[in-house]
Amino acid sequence: MKKLLKLFLSTFYLSAFTFGGGYVIISLMKKKFVDEMHWMEEGEMLNYTAMAQSAPGAVAVNASILVGFRIAGFAGAVVAIIGTILPPLIIISVIFFFYEAFRSNPIVSAVLKGMQSGVAAVIADVVVNLSSTIIKNKDMISVMIMILAFVATFALGVNVMVIIAVCAAVGIVREALAVHRKEADHELAGTL
Amino acid sequence: MSLLELFKAFFQIGMFSFGGGMAAIPLVQEGIVAQRGWLSMTQFTDLITIAEMTPGPIAVNSATFVGMQLFGLPGAIVATAGCILPSIILVSILAVAYSKYKEIFWIKGALNGLRPAVVALIASAGITILFLVVFGTSKVMDGIESINVIGFLLFAAGFFVLRKWKFSPIKTMLLCGLCGGIFYSVL
Repeated sequence: MKKLLKLFLSTFYLSAFTFGGGYVIISLMKKKFVDEMHWMEEGEMLNYTAMAQSAPGAVAVNASILVGFRIAGFAGAVVAIIGTILPPLIIISVIFFFYEAFRSNPIVSAVLKGMQSGVAAVIADVVVNLSSTIIKNKDMISVMIMILAFVATFALGVNVMVIIAVCAAVGIVREALAVHRKEADHELAGTL
Repeated sequence: MSLLELFKAFFQIGMFSFGGGMAAIPLVQEGIVAQRGWLSMTQFTDLITIAEMTPGPIAVNSATFVGMQLFGLPGAIVATAGCILPSIILVSILAVAYSKYKEIFWIKGALNGLRPAVVALIASAGITILFLVVFGTSKVMDGIESINVIGFLLFAAGFFVLRKWKFSPIKTMLLCGLCGGIFYSVL
């Protein structure tokens, strides 16, 4: 019981004071649960990070499910999820009540309008970083997927979920072919 | 419109937002803004701003806001639950599978295929926001009414400090907000 309370308070605290997205919260979780509380080992946390990033949804939520389950089973997972989503739920609910009054204030509205430019710049920066990584890898099919997905969503208005499903399928087929080819090579090497 | 519809809309977003962080942006934009009209593009851009400056993930923030708007607190809770339920199911499956086989080829393959697609989707959503800032509408094809020079210059300045001087996103947005507050009020 004491452990659950501690888990709740830790995840609540991490979620309430972590600015800068999912990847930041994972490194703070490592500091808290591995280095400080010794509830798990560093290697486990690395595995959880990989899984949290592989599954859909917010990385912070995914990581808290895994960490909570590891520490206190099913009850731990529930407690960790609640601890993680409560802060944004409270913050946004409060903001919601002030939003209309806030938004109609001319100065606030001017500031928010300026911030919209900032958001566009932040997204552009992320896109440049991510796409240059993909281009640098010199994998032509990945570059083609990127270009085609952009044309499909931006110019043709294809449903985002359809694009995601198709690209995941293409990736799986590619990986299956690569595995198959490797096995075939092994067999060939065996007969020679 | 019902609580069930709200739950379904955010369940889909939770289910398909692979790649963390900004991956939810194109899904919320399509499912909530374009298809259902539960948020305006300006409200959604404000929500991304808030999400970048507060701890919460964009999907959870949007779920709370839209839920509050449609059904009050019960709506916020239902939408948030819908948004995280796919995570709970899939992470649990992954956790079990992962301990059995360390490298699961189809998960690895799917993620390899998704990575470039998600970049393209985020780029498309980002351009829509830039259009909203510069042209005052995200539907540029319908004709441009006015061009907001300040908006574009702030975007260019923001992009410059991010790339060149490695400003943090929060700092960049606060700077743009401050300059916007001054320029838009004075001019």
